[in-house]
Formats: sequence, structure tokens, C-alpha cells
Amino acid sequence: MRVRAQMSMLFHLDKCIGCHTCSVACKNLWTDRKGAEYMWWNNVETRPGTGYPTGWEDQDHYKGGWKRDKDGRLKLRLHSRASGLAKLFFNPALPELDDYYEPFTFKYGDLFDSPQGDQQPTAEPVSKITWQPVEITSGPNWDDDLGGSDIYAANDPSMNGIDAAIRDQMSEIERVVFNYLPRICNHCLNPACVGACPSGAIYKRAEDGVVLVNEDKCRAWRMCVAACPYKKVYYNWSTGKSEKCILCFPRLETGQAPACAHSCVGRIRYMGVLLYDADRIADVVSMPEDQLLNAQLDMILDPWDDRVVAAAAAAGIGDDWIDAARRSPVYQFVKVWGMALPLHPEYRTAAMMFYIPPLSPVISSIEGNLTRLDLPDEREDFELLEDLDKARLPVQYLANLFSVGDEEVIRKVLRKMLAVRTYKRRQSVDGEISEATLALLKAAGTTPEEVEAIYKLTTIPTIEDRFVLPPYHREMSIETLNDPLAYKGATGFGQIEPPRRGA
Amino acid sequence: MNDFWINETVDPAARKWEEFYRNRFAHDKRVRTTHGVNCTGSCSWEVYVKDGIVTWELQATDYPQLEEGLPPYEPRGCQRGISYSWYLYSPIRVKYPYARGVLIDMYRKAKKESLDDPVAAWARIQDDPQMRSRYQTARGKGGFRRISWDEAVEIAAASTVHTIKRHGPDRVAGFSPIPAMSQVSYAAGSRFMSLIGGVIMSFYDWYCDLPPASPEVWGEQTDVPESADWYNSRFIAVVGSNLNMTRTPDTHFISEVRHAGAKLVVFSPDFSQVAKYADWWIPSNPGQDTAFWLAVDHVLLTELYAQRQVPYFQDYAKQYTDLPFLIEVEDGIPGQYVRANVLDGYQDIENGDWKLLMWDEATDAPRMPNGAIGDRWAKEKKGNWNLKLEDAVTGQAIKPQLSFIDKHDEVAEVKLDFFGNDGTITRSVPVRIIETANGPIKVTTTFDLLMARFGVERGLPGFDAKSYDDEDVPYTPAWQEQYTGIHRDTLIKFAREWGRNGELTNGKNMVIIGAGANHWYHNNLLYRSAITALMLTGSVGVNGGGLAHYVGQEKLVAHASWGSIAMGADWGMPPRHQNTPSFHYVHSDQWRYERGYREYDSLPENHPERFDHTIDHQARAVRQGWLPFFPQFKQNPISLVREARRNGAETDEAVVKHVVDGLKSGDVEFAIDDPDAPESWPRTWFIWRGNAIGTSAKGHEFFLKHYLGTHSTAIAAEPTDHGVAEVTVRPDAPIGKMDLVVDLNFRMDTSALYSDIVLPAATWYEKDDLNTTDMHSFINPMQAAVPPAWESKDDWNIFKAIAKKVSELSAGNLPDVVEDVVMQPLVHDTADELAQPKVADWRTGEVEAIPGKTMPKFKVVKREYGRIYDKMINLGEGVRNNGVAAHGLTIPVADFYDELARKQPGARISADSPVMPSLERGRQVAEAILALDPAANGELAHRAFEAEEAKTGLELTHLAAGERDIRTDFASIVAQPRRILTTPTWSGIVTKGRAYNPFTLNIEQLIPWRTLTGRQHFYLDHEQYLEWGESLPVYKPRPDHAMLSETEESLAEGQDGQLFNYITPHGKWSIHSTYSETDRMMTLSRGGYPIWINNKDAANLGIVDNDWVELYNDNGVFVQRCTTSARIPRGTVFVYHATERTVGIPISPRRKKRAGMNNSLTRARLKPVLMSGGYAQFTYAFNYWGPTGVNRDTFVYLRRIDKPSYNGEVTS
Repeated sequence: MRVRAQMSMLFHLDKCIGCHTCSVACKNLWTDRKGAEYMWWNNVETRPGTGYPTGWEDQDHYKGGWKRDKDGRLKLRLHSRASGLAKLFFNPALPELDDYYEPFTFKYGDLFDSPQGDQQPTAEPVSKITWQPVEITSGPNWDDDLGGSDIYAANDPSMNGIDAAIRDQMSEIERVVFNYLPRICNHCLNPACVGACPSGAIYKRAEDGVVLVNEDKCRAWRMCVAACPYKKVYYNWSTGKSEKCILCFPRLETGQAPACAHSCVGRIRYMGVLLYDADRIADVVSMPEDQLLNAQLDMILDPWDDRVVAAAAAAGIGDDWIDAARRSPVYQFVKVWGMALPLHPEYRTAAMMFYIPPLSPVISSIEGNLTRLDLPDEREDFELLEDLDKARLPVQYLANLFSVGDEEVIRKVLRKMLAVRTYKRRQSVDGEISEATLALLKAAGTTPEEVEAIYKLTTIPTIEDRFVLPPYHREMSIETLNDPLAYKGATGFGQIEPPRRGA
Repeated sequence: MNDFWINETVDPAARKWEEFYRNRFAHDKRVRTTHGVNCTGSCSWEVYVKDGIVTWELQATDYPQLEEGLPPYEPRGCQRGISYSWYLYSPIRVKYPYARGVLIDMYRKAKKESLDDPVAAWARIQDDPQMRSRYQTARGKGGFRRISWDEAVEIAAASTVHTIKRHGPDRVAGFSPIPAMSQVSYAAGSRFMSLIGGVIMSFYDWYCDLPPASPEVWGEQTDVPESADWYNSRFIAVVGSNLNMTRTPDTHFISEVRHAGAKLVVFSPDFSQVAKYADWWIPSNPGQDTAFWLAVDHVLLTELYAQRQVPYFQDYAKQYTDLPFLIEVEDGIPGQYVRANVLDGYQDIENGDWKLLMWDEATDAPRMPNGAIGDRWAKEKKGNWNLKLEDAVTGQAIKPQLSFIDKHDEVAEVKLDFFGNDGTITRSVPVRIIETANGPIKVTTTFDLLMARFGVERGLPGFDAKSYDDEDVPYTPAWQEQYTGIHRDTLIKFAREWGRNGELTNGKNMVIIGAGANHWYHNNLLYRSAITALMLTGSVGVNGGGLAHYVGQEKLVAHASWGSIAMGADWGMPPRHQNTPSFHYVHSDQWRYERGYREYDSLPENHPERFDHTIDHQARAVRQGWLPFFPQFKQNPISLVREARRNGAETDEAVVKHVVDGLKSGDVEFAIDDPDAPESWPRTWFIWRGNAIGTSAKGHEFFLKHYLGTHSTAIAAEPTDHGVAEVTVRPDAPIGKMDLVVDLNFRMDTSALYSDIVLPAATWYEKDDLNTTDMHSFINPMQAAVPPAWESKDDWNIFKAIAKKVSELSAGNLPDVVEDVVMQPLVHDTADELAQPKVADWRTGEVEAIPGKTMPKFKVVKREYGRIYDKMINLGEGVRNNGVAAHGLTIPVADFYDELARKQPGARISADSPVMPSLERGRQVAEAILALDPAANGELAHRAFEAEEAKTGLELTHLAAGERDIRTDFASIVAQPRRILTTPTWSGIVTKGRAYNPFTLNIEQLIPWRTLTGRQHFYLDHEQYLEWGESLPVYKPRPDHAMLSETEESLAEGQDGQLFNYITPHGKWSIHSTYSETDRMMTLSRGGYPIWINNKDAANLGIVDNDWVELYNDNGVFVQRCTTSARIPRGTVFVYHATERTVGIPISPRRKKRAGMNNSLTRARLKPVLMSGGYAQFTYAFNYWGPTGVNRDTFVYLRRIDKPSYNGEVTS
């Protein structure tokens, strides 16, 4: 057992507002500069939809992630190492500007400077690359809230396998629906970007699992951009370096949640430590598809287990990190309650950000010209508990995102969520819990104690409950290069030189 | 597989480059502040400053926790707020003062020709129609020139002084919205306006954010639960409120309360963003929610009132609503409430016309309970204004009889008006016959009348429902289907769950409602239909229950102290408060383009109307004292006083008599009676913190034409016969009424672009101010993270500079002491509420003209224009002597005034008078607001309850006992957001972390509502409501395009468009227009303000996603790209409100001019019944009462166009 710690984020999609505050928080901090305009380290997608960059999940086109060959060995979908060298100068899988968008702004100055004329001045759109007038035909959030749904939602790769009749209904009043999917880098255990980098510039930080592109070492091969199945590495056209989500490590190191998580006004994000067994990564990511998800979740270790604690100590993980791992809300949702899942485990990168799938309203039917909700005759607190197939968002769709198509995995999570709602409703409205309610909990695989715990962490957590951040011993890292006392007096002096292009 | 692939790295030396990102995160300081106008989120933010430059912002997370078990408020702040820092250094930032070059050249020349006298120079320009037209036609068309602060302020002041001198101070108008969000900045301009006698324009009603149903039912402007209280609810119906868009930082309470066991039902025609959380999404047809809720009410009344009775609901109805009150039925027509003084025992009581009756079960007789409005304004017998069920004379307990169904003298037919195709319907009510001074009369209870109105089958004769499937009988579940498109089964399920939840939880039913409901013409009826379902389930005034109306809501918690400062009460100045819907409807001449309300309102068949056009009602409302209107008279009010004095008027009373006599004889004319006369125009307009010409301008293109005199894309034609009876219709509508428009702004928005002078205002990260909201119960500071950039100044300093210049220029132009006569309407929360038991017009001789009774009030005011500046920057002794006031309570503050004067000493009025508190700096104004208000000063909260005790006879001070020592000052809110205190200037109890829910004070402490009965009203018996058929909740159909006459001329232009209903819901990428043009929001919203339509509608018109389209009607045109989507209902087009025409707007191929903005397609239409006044809760108060600026009934043509041009060749 080789224990490692991973800083992990969890997204409770049932709570997501789709507001994109996270995206702007990130952009303000990290990508608000030349060459980085089009980078959205954090973005929010409307699902169904094709996301950003457009259709990123279409790996037949983009060739991201890993695949298992017929001998059960793992290979980058992009290329073998040999053929990779051949693609250094031409890589057809690399997303192009059209897959992203041409960053634009407006000639605001014309409002002040236009001479008096016959028409009112207006600020025309211009490209931020060429500064010439530009036609705006794409953007980082183009299909937001089902915009252009007949083009984008209808062509969502994760709609594959969904019954044609249901797909048709999803563009009609009976079943139209959407939800949101915020995405950052998954800081994978088996990152394809690392595997693809010819320069060895990308690495995984040992202490917290953050995957970084070394800006000094990056040589602009852009294999990472193509290899990442989530398209979360971006090429800075101005500096000639790739960049990606850094999980706000300067904030983590000072006990602050990443900006996207901090600013999440829907309170959907949780941060915590997960311990995992790094010895098992190679086996896990090579499993047959139907075993991938469970294998990945099994790799996450129990921080209360004495053997794990001992192995962690041997690997240099301090007591305070063990303590954080035990209090980790991510661990609770992922492992204890079994409610959170990685995005597209079939990409075999062992993504370490987790999602709780969302509920959606009950479907309806049209009778004559009247809308009628599809409700059972008998009284139900929450109708979907008995029949999840009546949710507007098909279970199959969620399964395609989070469980390699296995619907039962999704059903379990949603049933548990509905059991919590039902229990809390009967408790607060009826004032008592009946045998029938207890039976219902049992059928959903939960208990009153677990329900209360889920309820608390879902609805009333404080910022300290949501973000359990371990202490980073920066003095110990700094000490390897500098005397911390001397550093205290000297840090910040001097001029800052950004990495040089091609250097 | 090996570690090579994972490349795990420990070595700090190899990772030294990581400082690349650490350096970026390094910052020099973090400053707590917030965002200061439009948005009502009141989020606490931390702004990061590096090297003296604001780099980014993140939310503060240190809100104090409320009660255990409620989710915390952190973090608050959305995608818009977090984008704000862009503005500070952006190319759209106004860094210097600007003016139109053509005007500047003209002014400099005129000044030279006028011996350097600015006022004379300005007069010279105004007296020359050609000069005036030259700069007016240039408005909005470029040619700005940077000028000095001195020159900019001088022109603004010269126009102000000239206007006062030539026309009167009531031709200077100021518009700024939503004071709660930056209270000092708002007060800067409003205080200046109050001191000079200018007009302060309302915003809440104009924005159509005011829900008129709230004054109607509760006598309250708006009072709503804070968002944390949603979490106490167990059944939430969201109606026309897209919380994700409008209440972004509060939305988590919705997602969270579902996991606490609440059921969530969302009503919206589109699958909206909030619909994703719903258990049930009910896509009722746009604007038809009234029909749905009336049918819900029908089910509730049938199952929970007729078939069985729920004790909690019965008790609630009897004590807290008007349902037991007696109504007279005469000749089959329900009339007004029976007045107590018609009965023997109550004949001679004080205010007997304003005390009412209920039937006492115990004595089987009518009794007069405590709490009516007559008790509220009692001068003799005080202490009876409470909700104790006692006879107000004898003190005997009353057991209210809700219904006469079991015991009545006879069953009377009543004729009830229904609208649509229903006409008049005859139903029956059980009545008792009582002996009165005027003989026997038939009375029924409000409850029995309500049952009749809803057609609930009770075995009485008449056209009642036999079953829920009775499609012909309003308001059955089957009846509503034709309007809502929702199946009756779904409705019945909803109603039953609603009722059951109310019963099991004692009223934890909540309606969250918003613009999707409030922006329709008949919004008051829509709201009342839903409020009925709340009252019937005992849900109002209960934590987790009630009406949560969130539309541009703003809650200025410290309104008692703020009002004194902002409205110049400290200097004894009666402000000229103007309801802006009337102002714009009249002055921007939108009234001239229609034949009035008869075209689109629905009126009963059996009530002949006296007047023909909306403007006739407007004129009548002004002369009866129901609504304000400025200018008051065609004469200069200063000249009028001078004339009165010349004619021998020695006292102020004699001056008023001179005015009244003049009005009666016709020597003095109301400006409203001849609104287009040059004497009636507004002249100088100050705009600050708002977008008055742009996104606030319903009928924007009419503003451009009639206010500004520049280009317009409106093609609307005036009717050949306006059908106007009361008002002079001049043959030609005036073009360009405004002499000068001054805009204080940090960005070049549409209003700035069209203004004459643009003054660079500090941004929200560059000034100190206060910020509160009704979404939460904290007081937040705004603080300068950096100083005002470039040449900008904060609003307080800008208005100080203007005041100083006005003081200076008044010398030689205005006498030292000027007498002005101020006209004010009858005012809510004063004894004016008892003015007019019957509607009568003095002009027709129905009644005497008595100021403050049958007509407006007139007050003579002395103004010292030379001392405007001194008064501006010192807190006058009026506050010390008179205290602060709110909700009809006066709270003494002299000791705190003195303490404040010691802390921030200002000037003395004269050598021997005491030092006044200084208001020289914005921060000092903030301190004064906090120090002198019961919401922030615990001792004053205690005193406010003492005052309330005297009025009510209740024991109340215990509510403030635990918080009596709290003094919230600026430093304390900088340290951490601080909670407001429990005070009777509001209606919720918030002690010990309890979430604010309105009317809990009323329910738990028996303080009456500020209404006629003192209770919540199902029935509205103002005579105008009886005439309009709106006394009880009622369905009125939506006006259709044929009724609105705004598409006829457009049809004549071409046949290539298709007609759509046009609505402008709140967008995702802006708060009103703010943020919309920022780099971030534009990037996330397809680089513009896309028009949303259903993809099938699009296909029919040959439109593909992202095609260009043109929207047009007679009001104007709008051109954008089109987003097609399955979530949009057929036949409706969405444009997210509110757009700017400054960014990316092409030339309209059809109208050949710059295509406008979202308000280019709208026109204001007023609802006359909302002009009712002079009567209990129907009395005017600023932003409280009056018609609202509805705009959701608009229709437009939509067509696909080829790529249009921004500047060059125009193609069609």
C-alpha cells in the first residue's frame, strides 16, 4: 500500500444554480491576460449540451484519455509514444480556434470619441487577437440554458443510447429539461496530459495531487491539450506555454478554498482530502469498462483504518492531514454515503473530482391542448421516489456521464436523496416518523442516522464544514531551499520575471 | 504502467517555478465593500488591492449565523458582482466630465455675451429656439468633449437657477433608484432636490416592482421574508420569479429547503432556470396565473371552509382578516363596509365613519371591534388600535361570526361582475337585517360574499358550481383550463397539497413571486388571487409562510433616520415626491398615442364611467389629492406666493386660500390640466445611480422624441380623436422639453450617452456608503478600497459641489429668502387616511374644495438659496426637535443628535445656537443614519415600541429589551455584517437569530395592519374599486394586441414579420443594464443581448440559431441575434431585460436609425383604479402607491434579417 493524499472537490449538482460565478472568480484571478482570454479553467455547462470546447466528449474526434487495448493494456487514445513523436508538428486531434471561440471585446472608446454625426455611436465588436471587427459566432458558454438546443442539446454525445421517443420529448414541453455541469481540471490519478507531454513538464504534486504544467519546462508541444479527455489544458498563444487549472494551490497552501469553490454561491462545492492507494492505480485504470467505477472508488482508503494510517505515516503524511481526511466532506459523500461519482470514468484517467447527480421535475403529458403532470393517483410526498423513470432528466443520461452507462448506480443515489427529503418532510410536517417511512429508508439503503447526516451536510453546512482544508507546512518546503527566518525577511524583494517563450 | 506516467514530484527545487502563480495571488490589502445600486443582493465582498489597483473581488463569508438549523448566508455574491472590478479601469469608465461640444461652444459664446453671467448665458440659449434645437437634435449622436469640473458644475447650477427663476423649482427633477443599495449616494441628490424645492421622482412603481396588491391588502409598500426564512417553509410555489436570475445568492435556500422536506412547485411558461429544482413544473400560459390561483382558492374554500372547517384557519380568518366584517348589500349590489356609527350604541364615537362592524356570535348582534383605522388616528380615546377581539367601547369580548349560512334573516341575490365572456352573474348570500339610523339595511359578511364570488356550492340559489368539472362556472378547476392550459387534475392536486400543508404546518405555505407576475397590466389581481390562497391557509405572518415578492425589492432598514436626511426633513422641507409612472406617462407624451384605458382595461357593464381617458383620471386624481403631480401649476409657485402677498395675504393660510381660490376660479391652473403647455414642462433633469433614459425608460423612443428632441424609431400615430375630456390636447406634441440633462455616472451607458453633461462618478469600490436589503437582515458597508479614480468624485461630493454653485449663482438671481408653495397629496400613515369616505369632485361642485380633505395640501415654505450648501452639509435641528418618523410613529432622538454633534461637529446656524452634526463627508452621513434609527440603535427601538404602545394600548417594549444597548455604527459593520433590530418601523420579529418574516409582529403582538379594518383585506371598498369590479379577487383578461394599438403602423410597413408577445424577464448576465456590457458578461452571453424564441417558431420564420433578427412595433425597433431554444414557449419572444444601446447595436434595416434597446418596444399604460386615493390604505406615499409601469403585455413583429451594418450602408 502506497498511500497518497489528494485534494478533491465535490460538486452537488442538485444544488447548482448555473450562475458561473465560479468561472468568473477563476478568470479574474488566473486567466485575465493576453493569450489566456479563451481559457476557462473553470466553466459551467448546460446539459444536455455540447459544452466547452464544443463537443469535448466526442473522443472519436478529439482522441482524449486512455483506452484499453485488446490485451488489456492501457494506451493513450491520442497515440502511442512512437507515433506521438510524429505528431509533434501536426496533430489533427488538437482543438482549433473554432472549437473554442475568438475572444472579443468592443470599441468602447468610440462612445467618448465619436464626432457628432447623424447616428448614435455604438461600440462595435472586435477580436482580442487581431483587434479587427469580428463576427461573434461562438463562445465559451454558447449553449447556456439550452440556447440553440436543436443544434447543441440534440447533439450531446452523452445522449447516446437514449430512446428516440424520449429524446424527442426532451425538446417538447412534456420533458424539456436541463441541468448544469461545472467543470475544472480533474487532477486525475492517471492524467493523460502527463502521459502525453514530450517534455515531462507536467507533474502531479506529491503532497496534494495537484497536476501542474511547469511553465519553465513547457515547450509548447500541446500534446497535453489533445490528450486531456476533459479538454482542461489550454495553450497560451501569447506566452507559448500550456496552462491549466492549478486548483488554486496558492490559496490551498494558505488555508483558503480555491476561488471557484469559495465563490460558489449555490454552496454546491465541497473540498477535502482523500487518501488513496497509489499502488493500485495501474491495475484500476486497466479494468474492463464495467468494473472501472467500482475499482476507482475502491482505491480510496479509509482514514480510520489503522493500517491506512500507518502506511500514510510511512509515506510522510502527517497526523494533521489524516485528521483532515477523516473530516473530509468529500470522503463522506463519495465513500461513506456512496452518493458521488467521477465524471466519465471510462476515460480511465481516474478523475478525482466528484459529482452528486441531480433530481429533476416530474414529466408531463399533453391532453388536447392541456398540460397534465404525470402524477400518481395516491398521495405521494415526492413522486419520483417510486418511479425515477418519471424524472425529466433520463437516468440513462446521468449514467452516461457518471457511471459508464450503469443506470442502477444513479438510481441508488437519487433514491437515497429522495429518501432524505421524504424523511425530513414527514419529520417536520407530521412531527413523527412512521414505520412506513422507516421501511422506505431501508429500501433506499439508508438509516435515520445517515439521513440526518446527509441532510446536515447537504443543506446547512458552514464554510468550515464544506471546505476541510489540511495544513500545508510551507515552512518545511521552503526550508529545503531557504532558512524560513531569512525568507521571512527577504521574500518579495526583487523583480519578477515571467517564464520566457521557448525557454 | 509505471510512475513515469504520473510524474509525481516532490522536489521543491524543481517546483520553484510555482511562484509564477503565487506571485499573482499576492495582494496588498483586502477591503470589505459591496455593490451599490440596482442589485438588491446586498452581498458583503472583499476587494483585493495590489499596488493601488483593484485586481479582483471575492465574497466575504463572515455573516453572523441566524437560528440554529438555518443554513448560513455565506457566501453571497454572483457572476455579476464578481465582474464589477472590470469597470474601474475599463474603456467604458467615465474618467472626466464631458459635455456635448455643440452645447459647450454655445454656452461659452453666450457667457461671453452675457458679461460672464452663467445664468444669463443659459437664459440666452433657452430663449433662442434655434440654439435650443441645435444641441437637442445632437443629443446621443457623439461629439462629446472633455471639460473641467468647474465648467460642468457651473452649467448644471446655471440651468437649475434659471429654471427656478423662470419656471419654478418644481421644474427641476431628480431621478435615482433603489436608495437602499447606496443610501448616502441617493440622499446626496434627494437632499439637494428637497432643499431647492425640486422634484424627487419615484422608481419602485415606475419599475413595476411595486406590487399594488400589497398596499391594497396590507397597507404596506412591500414587506417580505428574508431569504433564510424560505428554509422554514414546507410548501413553496414560485410564481413568475426566476430566482436563479434575480436572487442568485439566495437560491441555495431553495435547493436546500427541498432536502429539509419542502415541496417546490414552479410556475413559468418557459422551463426557467429555477424550474430545474421543482418537483412540479407547471407551464401555465403567460400572464394567466390569476385564473389558476382563483381555481385553487375555489378548491380551498370548498374543501376547507364549506365541506369542513379547520380550526386553525377559522381562528386566523376571524382575528387577522376582514372576513368577519359586515358589508351592506343594497339592491343586489354589495357596497361598502357598514360603518359603526350607523348603529345606536356607536353613533357619536370619534371617527365613526372609519370604524366597522362584525357580528358577535355570543350576543348575536353586530359589534365594533378594536383596530380599525378610526382607532389608529383617534385623538380622544387612544389605545384601542389593536387586534384584540373586543368591543372598542365596552371592552367586552367578541366572538366573530364568519358566516350567516346557519342563521340568517333572508337570502339575498347579489349581482357580481365577471370579465371575459362571463358578464354579470347572480349568486346568493345569506344576510342579516339590522336597524340603523337610516332604517333597516341588509348586511352580509365578507366571508359569505367571498364564497358567492367563488361560486362555492352551499345550497343557496344562484349560479354556483355543481362540481369542479363545471366549465362554465367561474372559478372552477375546469373553468381555468381555457386560460392557463393546465389540466384540472393537476390543479386539484396542487390545491389539495397546498391546503394539507397549510393545515399540518399551521401556515408554512409560501408564494415566491416576481416580475413574471407583477409586470402584467392586471398584476394587482394576479397577486390578490395568490394572496387569497395564503390567507385562507393562515400563512401570512408565519415564519416559512406568506408572500415573498421579490422584484427590485429594496429595504432601506433605517428608513426613519434616512428619510429625515434624504428628504430634508431636518430643515423642515416638505419634499416634492412624484410618482414617476404618472410623470413619464404625461410628460413624455405617451398618453397622446392611445385612447386610454378603455381600450385595454375591463370594466363592469353596470357602472357607467365618468371619464374617457387615462389622463382624465390622472388629472382628477391630482386635483382630489390622490396623486402628486409636478410641475404643480402652470404658474411658477414662487411667483404665485409673491402674487398672494402682493394681494395682501399676510399669513400662510391666506396664501393657501389665494391658491385654492385661484384653482377654483381658474386663475391658477394645474399643470396636469394642460400638460403640453411650455409652462408645464419639466426643464432640468438630474440622473444619478440610474439609467433613466435607457433601461428605466418604458417608452424609451418617446423619451428621445419628446424629452430630448433627438432621433427616434417610434412610428406610432396619435389617434385623430384622443377621447380626452378633462385635459387640454394641444394640436402638436412638443419636441424636446428638457433644457438640460445631467448624468452622474461611472460608465458611459445609454443615459450618459444621451445626456448633455456627464459627470464622472466614483465606483462602488471608491466610496463609503450603506447598503441593506430585504433578502437578508444585515447592514453592510460600502468602503473605498481605492480613491475615486481619475477625476471622479462620489455622489455626495458632486451634489455638494452643485449645491455650492447654486448657492453662489442665486445671488442676484433669487432673493435671499424665497417663498414657495408646495403641493402634496393626501398621505399614507397620517390622519389624511380619514379624508374621503366617499369619492367626490370639488370641481363639479359635489363637495367643497378643502385642502388636505377633498384636494391636495398646500404648504408655504421659505427657501434660502444662498444657504443651500450650508444646509446640505449640516444636520438641521428639525431632527433634534421633532425626532424621526416611520409607520406613523414619531421617535425622539435629541440625545443621540447631540451625541452625534459631539462626534462629528459641524456648523452653528447662528453664533448662539448649538453645533449641528456635520454631514460634510459621506461617511458622516452614514454614521448619522445608523445613530438615529431604531433598526440600528437599540435605545431608539425601545422608544419606537413605547410610541407604538401609546397607539395600541399593547405591551410591546419587551420586544426591544434585550437589544436596548446595541449601537451599530460604521466601524462595527466594517468589522462584520451586523443584524438589524426588532422595531415597529418594520413588522417582523428578528430577536435571537429568528429569520425575518413580515407581519409576525401583527400576528403575535396584535398590532393592526395599516389598513381600513386594521386587518388583511380580501375586500376593497374604495368606491372606485367597486366601480371597477375589483372589490373582491377577480379574473380580468389580458389585453391583446388589437386592444393595445401599437402594431398597426408597423404592419403597414411590411408583411414579413410575425406577431409575438414580447416579454423582458431578468437576465442572467446583468443586473438591469449594469454589468451587461462588461467583457465577462458579454463573453458568457454570446456577445450581445440575444433574442430568445422557440426553435419551432424560429424554423417557421426561416431563422437559424444566431441569425440576426429585427423586432419592431409602433413604439420602436430592436435588432439582435437570435437564440433558438426548446425551453421557450411558442408565440413568445424573450429579450432579457435590460439592454444598452451603447454596445454592438446595428442600424435598423427597417427604420434606418440605430436600433434601440429593449425599451424601444414598450410604452407605458396606467391602470386608473390604482390612482384611487384619499381613503385608508389608498392614500399616497412615495414608492408606495399609484399606477405602475407595466410592460409585459407588449406585442412585436419579428423577422429575420441579413447581417446588418453598424455604421455604413443601410440595407433592408
